[in-house]
Amino acid sequence: MTIMSMWEYANPKRFMGWTGHVLPWAFGGAAVCLTVGLIWGFFFTPDEMRQGSTVKIIYLHVPAALMAINAWIMMLVASLIWLVRRHHVSALAAKAAAPVGVTMTLIALATGAIWGQPMWGTYWAWDPRLTSFMILFLFYLGYMALWAAIDDPDMAADLTSVLCMVGSVFALMSRYAVNFWNQGLHQGASLSLDKEKNVADVFYQPLLFAIAGFVLLFFALVLLRTRTEIRTRRLRALIRREGQ
Amino acid sequence: MPDLGKYVTEVLLAYGVSIAILATLVAMSWRQSRRVRRDLEAAEARKNG
Repeated sequence: MTIMSMWEYANPKRFMGWTGHVLPWAFGGAAVCLTVGLIWGFFFTPDEMRQGSTVKIIYLHVPAALMAINAWIMMLVASLIWLVRRHHVSALAAKAAAPVGVTMTLIALATGAIWGQPMWGTYWAWDPRLTSFMILFLFYLGYMALWAAIDDPDMAADLTSVLCMVGSVFALMSRYAVNFWNQGLHQGASLSLDKEKNVADVFYQPLLFAIAGFVLLFFALVLLRTRTEIRTRRLRALIRREGQ
Repeated sequence: MPDLGKYVTEVLLAYGVSIAILATLVAMSWRQSRRVRRDLEAAEARKNG
């Protein structure tokens, strides 16, 4: 596939065409992976020696935290494409991803707090990773508020893209905070490409299904919401013409 | 139902909260998608007379 042909898929009309076919498969795949991962993890995995049954929270907490960061990275890439190429679908895709990203961040924070209470004796601590996640959550809210506050869509896309670049520092910090400051309550990453062994296989396999489910759900929701944004843009143009 | 021992509340709460938040997001996204699609079809019908 050449670079030019890749851009053709992002043409609004083409985008509506191919996403219409992909969307049911993405939602279906997400439903299957989430069902398998969560049922396997909840019903058919043992307790962990130190954490007891709270280890089952890993199947929600880790995938949600992973997607909270990756959603922002996806928004950053889409924002850079907008700033460089003025490609409207990329700006709308970034806008569409924000509510999904903030939901993932909220789940990561909520499940982390629920898990933290029995393990650390507190729901919240100003630990580097927890704090950077909280700041990322606030950046998501600010990003969505900025889109909502500006009527001119091109100016909104410009300003939110700049905000997205600034917020990327906190998205990366959320991932690497434990490594930067070797202190705080939160453990290191549960999954890492540079580690031979992650969590034990009995927990790892259902966790992979849960992660795949969250990734597919994110993908499906961003496609669905981007389609809605494209239609909203067309609808506003028609209403403006009717008013003239 | 597996035996969740003394952490039954925490585990069930984590699952309940997460599934409720995700279900709300999916439902809101679908509802908004359907509403905009319907409004756009109506506007295009008006435009085409």
